[in-house]
This record gives sequence, structure tokens and C-alpha cells, in this order.
Amino acid sequence: MATDDFEAVAAKAGGTVASFEVEKLSLGERLQRFLHNYPTAAPIFVLLLAILAFYLIVGEKFLAPFNLSLVLQQVTIIGIIGVAQTLVVLTAGIDLSVGAVMVLCSVVMGRTAIEMGLPSGMAIMLGFVVGALCGAINGFLITRLRLPPFITTLGTWSIFFAINLWYSQSETIRSQDIAEQASLLQFMGISFEIWGARFTLGTITLILLFIGMWYALNHTPWGRHVYATGDDPQAAQLAGIDTNKVLLSVYIVAGVICALAAWTLIGRVGSVSPQAGQTANLDSITAVVIGGTSLFGGRGAIFGTLIGALVVGIFQNGLALAGVDVLWQQFAIGLLIILAVATDQWIRRV
Amino acid sequence: MAEANQLQPILMGRNLVKRYGRVTALDHSDFDLYPGEVLAVIGDNGAGKSSLIKALTGAAPPDIGEVYLDGKLTHFKNPMDGRSAGIETVYQNLAVSPSLNIADNLFLGRELKKAGFLGKWFHMLDHKEMQRIARDKLSELGLLTIQTINQPVETLSGGQRQAVAVARAAAFGSKVVIMDEPTAALGVKESRRVLDLIKDVRDRGMPVVLISHNMPHVWEVSDRIHVHRLGKRHAVIKPDTHTMSEGVAIMTGAMDPNDHPAGAFAQPKGA
Amino acid sequence: MFKKTSIAFALSLSLLVPAVSHADGIVGLVTKTNTNPFFVKMKEGAEAKAKELGMTLQSFAGKVDGDNDSQVQAIENLISAGAKGILITPNDSKAIVPAIEKARKAGILVIALDTPLDPANAADATFATDNFKAGELIGQWAAATLGDKAKDAKIALLDLNANQISVDVARDQGFLKGFGIDLKDAKKMGDEDDKRIVGNDVTQGSEEGGRKAMENLMQKDSGVNVVYTINEPAAAGAYEALKAVGKEKDVLIVSVDGGCPGVKNVKDSVIGATSMQFPLLMASKGVEAVAEFAKSGTKPKNTDGLDFVNTGVELITDKPAAGATSITSEEGLKKCWG
Repeated sequence: MATDDFEAVAAKAGGTVASFEVEKLSLGERLQRFLHNYPTAAPIFVLLLAILAFYLIVGEKFLAPFNLSLVLQQVTIIGIIGVAQTLVVLTAGIDLSVGAVMVLCSVVMGRTAIEMGLPSGMAIMLGFVVGALCGAINGFLITRLRLPPFITTLGTWSIFFAINLWYSQSETIRSQDIAEQASLLQFMGISFEIWGARFTLGTITLILLFIGMWYALNHTPWGRHVYATGDDPQAAQLAGIDTNKVLLSVYIVAGVICALAAWTLIGRVGSVSPQAGQTANLDSITAVVIGGTSLFGGRGAIFGTLIGALVVGIFQNGLALAGVDVLWQQFAIGLLIILAVATDQWIRRV
Repeated sequence: MAEANQLQPILMGRNLVKRYGRVTALDHSDFDLYPGEVLAVIGDNGAGKSSLIKALTGAAPPDIGEVYLDGKLTHFKNPMDGRSAGIETVYQNLAVSPSLNIADNLFLGRELKKAGFLGKWFHMLDHKEMQRIARDKLSELGLLTIQTINQPVETLSGGQRQAVAVARAAAFGSKVVIMDEPTAALGVKESRRVLDLIKDVRDRGMPVVLISHNMPHVWEVSDRIHVHRLGKRHAVIKPDTHTMSEGVAIMTGAMDPNDHPAGAFAQPKGA
Repeated sequence: MFKKTSIAFALSLSLLVPAVSHADGIVGLVTKTNTNPFFVKMKEGAEAKAKELGMTLQSFAGKVDGDNDSQVQAIENLISAGAKGILITPNDSKAIVPAIEKARKAGILVIALDTPLDPANAADATFATDNFKAGELIGQWAAATLGDKAKDAKIALLDLNANQISVDVARDQGFLKGFGIDLKDAKKMGDEDDKRIVGNDVTQGSEEGGRKAMENLMQKDSGVNVVYTINEPAAAGAYEALKAVGKEKDVLIVSVDGGCPGVKNVKDSVIGATSMQFPLLMASKGVEAVAEFAKSGTKPKNTDGLDFVNTGVELITDKPAAGATSITSEEGLKKCWG
């Protein structure tokens, strides 16, 4: 039986596999394509729009270098935690324990320095160790026991927070006491002025952290592995990537970054309070989402989170200056989140 | 079959057994792949084709039996062992990361770092070099239709993605390339390209194992065909001695391979 | 400490303790949260008194400020456990009432601590700080300290949150009244139109919130010279914000609480004056009342002229002002909590 030479028949047909009406792309479609390739463009656009809008509403005071740098200072802590959260979200995970880790580390730093009399440098180091440990616990539970990140970090959030309350005995250590006995803890609060704008070492740390993480994510093999693990874990494994190792490293790095946030927090508020950071997890997720990183993993630019944090900060600052009730700030932020996720879904459809 | 040939199999499996609970997926199966050939593996569903391949690559090591690569006994415990020994697999679901670009995908897991201290101390990726090599590999295989190496893989058509996966296997696979249902999801024209690619890979010196349900494609491109049935190597036939219908009959048990004038086990070219 | 804290975290565990082998019965304590040191100290006071009187204390708390559901659950658990009395700092004075009525119907004595119910007589008794008076004291002090400059003052109001909860409103409005400002609606914050008010902002009662709120209000008007804060952590945060721009010596900060860190801050001139509350007293008086009720069935009586038993409020400051009785921070340190 001779094989049907259907391919010869197919060869006689026209070369077009499928023809599309190559009509001019509508403006909407062109925008969609552009945003697909540059997802950070949307939050940058929103940020610039917000700055313009508040300038028109509030006046010159809003654009004053001091005010804008103030906003930067106000978003510094959430920005730092946002870096940790971005890393985790890129792997299609989520970390609800970031705030608890931060406050636990700050309490460790404060109490070991003041109550136990440890040298400040050691106390700070100890805080970083605790942060890494918390991250390792998260990573272990997620990779070895294969528990979903949302549930896992929901649990560790409560656990770390409880340990924090226990160790601190719910007591606050005052700024004045820290300034006298362990001023290194307040190091990140040191500030300086340039042309009317005020910057703290914490803010400089924020910028450096973003640059460092940008480099790691885009210019090292580890960064490629993080994206691959979030994009398609099976494909990553088949390509030879140890996704468990990647995930574990991501959570440990996140924990260390939370410790950095803790040190920066002490610099900003001066005191060590076990009540701090209770909304940090949701605030960091807000910054990540508004910044254009997808909660489904594998897509997003790290600088988007900085833009996302700034957008929230600008809105809160601008609305406060305009004398608008705090209720509307909450409303506005909620609206921004929905807009950001909707935009993400829309541009994914390209 | 293991007679004194001057040609030695490059990948060989002997007496492979794999059980999953009470199911015996591989029942004392043998396997031979000779240098410079395209060996197709066909078999009905449940015949044990994928278990065979997994035993050879290390994805699911056999309970009993040995695998030899280049005459040496192997101890693959996971697919990475097989890969580092030189067995590359192009998986059915392609194993490419959709949002990463072509060059990144080609080098996924084996990224190149810049020379000197930037690469050593800062682990800096050498994007330019990776892109250059990616472009070279793709044009070697005749895939010039892809405009930019920087495109995310998800923007490519199925055939183009398949080409990237094949290019990756060919670029790094030093000894054997295994392809699992490469044309299953492709249209007529794109399948044509992939089949040409397979022949190219073979012609450049790398033997190919092709698992496929598509008989016309198998008959067109393979040198020998390993028929797998009920967990065993049931027969090895050739497209020039057996017709497709005969092949399907042997595969399903409707025909006894020994009844065919060409015999049940064909020898490779040069044997 | 760990044991106490682990009890506090058994939020949803129904502690169905058989009421058999306990000396004089169970008294339940339900606080707003278990993180605020105010409630931590309240619990300590209750535990100490319960031990002294041979009663068993079971404590519960809401998860966050405003969490009514956890408190309802706690009350139901205490009813099942056969508690003799329940002491509660309600997160939502209105919404908790049905659960309270259930408890009272079961013969349990219910005492509201720190925050009255709405209506106040939904509880058998209320032991509370007069939060309005607490605000008034610091308002009067601030006005008296400024003297002539009070009529040109620029006031920043750092409240708790946007929910207009009773404690928040009472202190804020009390302060304004004490300072001499027309309240318009005494049940609402932020509706005043006195030109001296620069604005209201929220702090969540934390240092971070205090700093941010202070920064924003200072941006609105850098001439702020009087700052009312909902509690001492917020005041500490506000101080850091002022310090960052070198204004800490020019601005009066007043607060409410009387926690030991706060009193130390009065000593260090971080806070100008603070109204001290007595959570330990509230709690121990509450336990006493339950013990008495369990023994003889008598219910506690309110302070004359008030809807509640006033556990007292005292002004702590090192710079006494005319017309306002106060004690120094040294003396305050002896009475402070936390």
C-alpha cells in the first residue's frame, strides 16, 4: 500500500499557513503590546500622573524637594520589605510573615543590646541571623514539606509574631535609651540635606538594595533561575535547575532583607516596639502588585516595586496635604490595586 | 543480536525491569541505539515506551538491568546525570520557560558567565556571548525566521519553540538526542521543518531516538524502528523493509514479527 | 512569661474547663488585643488579683483593634465554661451587646473595663478611665502652658484610626474642649472648624504611624506648636519626626496612657504632659467585684454622678501649669504600668 503522499499535495497549496488581516493595530492594542514588553511602564505612568495631579491640587508645596524626599523616607521601610516580597512573588509564592520577621529581628537587636548588654554590632548581626533563620524555616516548610507558601507563611506569621511578643514581654525600648546605650542601632536614621531635600542612610540603603537586587536578578545565573522557577517550575527542573534550592535561597534572602528593614526601622522611629510592622505584609504586597509584578510568578521588574511603593506614598502624602479624610486614602489605595491587577491581566493577553 | 559487530551501540539497555506497584512497566526489555542513526520507538499506549526512555536517561532508573553509554556501565540516578553524560532530551512539553527569551532558554541551567573577575566574583552573565552562540546555533539548524534572540519564547509559534528546544539539545547534547513526540502539536508545514531538523542533527553526527505516534513521520525519518510491546522490545524493523500497516500490525500484536520475510530484528547500517 | 503568653494565644480554643475543682470560680477577661501593653498589664493585674482571691482567670483577646467577632466567641466560650463573671474591654461597644445580654441571662456578672458599652447599662458595671477627662486635662495643661499664645496656636491632632472608636473620640474631643475649642459634634472627630487646627491624621497607635502623621501634618503647616497624640507610642514617633527637622524644642506634645516608657519620656521632656490611666487597678477591681458577686451576689455600684466606676486619671508633668493639678514624673514612675 503506497503511502498517501499528502505532503506533496500540501506543497501545492499556497505557502500561507494562516492569514491574518494585517490591519493597523488599534491604539489600544499597540498600548497592550508595549506594556507587555515593558510592564513597569504602567506604574511609572501612574506615578507621574499622580505627582502632576497632586501638584495641581495641593500646589507648589507638594513638589518641594523636601516633601518629595519625605515621601521617599516614608516608603523606605515598606520599600525594603517590598524587595523581599518581590523575590518571593517572582517564584509564584507569597510571604505573609515579612512584618513579623522584621519586628522579631528588631526586638532581638534591641533587647540583646540593651537588656543583655551585647555590643551593638553583635546585636545587629544577631538580628540578621534571626532573619535568615526565619527565612530558612519558611523555605524548609515550603520546599521539603511542600506546603503552599500562602498557608505556610500565614502560619509562620503568627508563630514569629508570638515569639516576638514573648521575647519582648510586650515592652517597648525607648528611643532615648537606645540613643544612650546602643546608638549604632539607630544608624540608619542618620540624615543629611542636599538642595533642600533630606535623605537618610536608610533611604540610601533602599536605593542600593534595589540596584543590587536588579543586578542579581538580571545579570546572574541565580536571577535567571529565580525567574524560571516562577515561570514554569517543571520546565526549570527539566532544564537542570534545582528549584528547591532556588526557593530556599529566595526565602532566606527575604528573611535577611527583613532584618535589614528592622535595622532601618529602628533608625526611623528610634525605639524598638513589639507592635511594629503589623501591616507590613499587606503593604509590601500592595507595592509589588501596583509595581506590575505578577502574582502568578515569573514576570516583573524589581524596580516596579519601588515605583509601586512610591505611588502609594505619593497618594497618602498628597491626600493628607490636601486635607482629605484618611478614609479616602484607603479607598484610593484599594482602587489602585484593582487597577494594577486588571492591567496585568489585560497585558498578559497579548 | 549482540553478535561480534564492528559497530558498537552508543546507548544500550539490557534486561531492563521497572515495576510500579503491581504493574510491570518494563519486562526484561533490551535497547540498542547505534551511532549515526535515527531510531524511532513506537508502541501502543501502555506498552512501556516512556518507562523505557526514563530508564535510559535516568529519570526513572530501572529496578533490574543495566544501561551502557559508549560501552561503559552507567549509574544514572536522575535525569541530570544522564544529561551530564551527554544524553539530551527534548520533552513533549518542551521544557522552555515562556517568559524568558530565546538565548536565556538555550542556556537555562548552564549559563555563561563573563570571563575574568566580573564573572568570578560578581557572577555576571555574559549576555552578548550567549546571544551570539544562540544565533549561531539556530542558523546552523536553518532556523532563520526568528528575528530577535531577545524575544520571549512565548511569542514564538509552536514549531519555532520546538526548534529552540531542539537547538538546545543539539547544542549541548554531545552523544544522544532523545525526542519525545516532537510533532504531536504541530501543523503540516511546521512538522516538515522539525523532521528536516531531525535529519540535520543525525547528519551532523548525533544519533536520535524518536518517540512518536505519527507513522508517516516515523517512516519518513527513521533508519530503524524499535517496536515496543507489553514492556519488551518486540521487534526492530526498517521502513524500507516493512510497510506502515505491517509496523502497526506488529505493534498491536496482529502480526508476529517473525512471520515477516525481513526478520524480527533488523541490523543497523554498517553492521 | 511564656506560659502567660501561650494562654493569651489560645484565642479560639474552647477552654471547656469543668467548673468543679476551682476554688471560687472562673472569671473571664476579654481584651481588645493582646499586643497593646495596656492590655498586657491589665491581664497581669487581673491574674494577680484572681490568684490572691483564689479564682481562676481565663483570658481572651481580639486579633486586632476593632475585632468584635473574636470577643463574641470568647464570651460564648466563657458561658459554656460556667464563668462567674466576665471583664471585657469591648472592641465595638454596640455590636458586643447581644453577646453580653446572653451572658447576663446566664447569670454571669459582666463588667466593662476601660471602654463603656453602648448603651452603658448593657453591662452590670463599668470600670473605666474617664477618657474624655484624660483628654481635657492635657488640653487644659497645653492651653495654660501656652498662655497668651494659645489663641494663635497651631494644633496637630494625631488620632488612632479612621473608625471613630469611642476611646479615640473621647480623648481627642476632651483635649479640644480642655484647650478651649468648639467641638461641634462631641461624638465625631475632625468636624471642628477652629482655624487653629492644622489637621487630623491617623497613627494606628504606633511609633511608625506617629512619625508619618507628624511629618504629613508638618508639611501642611510647618508652624505646628501643639501636638495631641492618642497614646505614648504615637507621641514618641511624633517626637522623632520633630527631632529630624530640629523642631523638638519648639513643640508641645501631650498624650494619654501613663505607661512607664511614656512617663520616662515626660521626664526626658519628650512629652510635655500625659494623662495616666490605671489598667492594673481597673482589672483588679473588676476581679474583686466578680469574687464578691460569686460569694454574695451583690453587684458593684457606680461612682456617684457617673455611669461608671472611675478608676481615676492623673496628669503627669514636670512643668505644672496653673489651674491643673499634676504630679511629677518621678512620682509618676512609681505608679506607671509596663
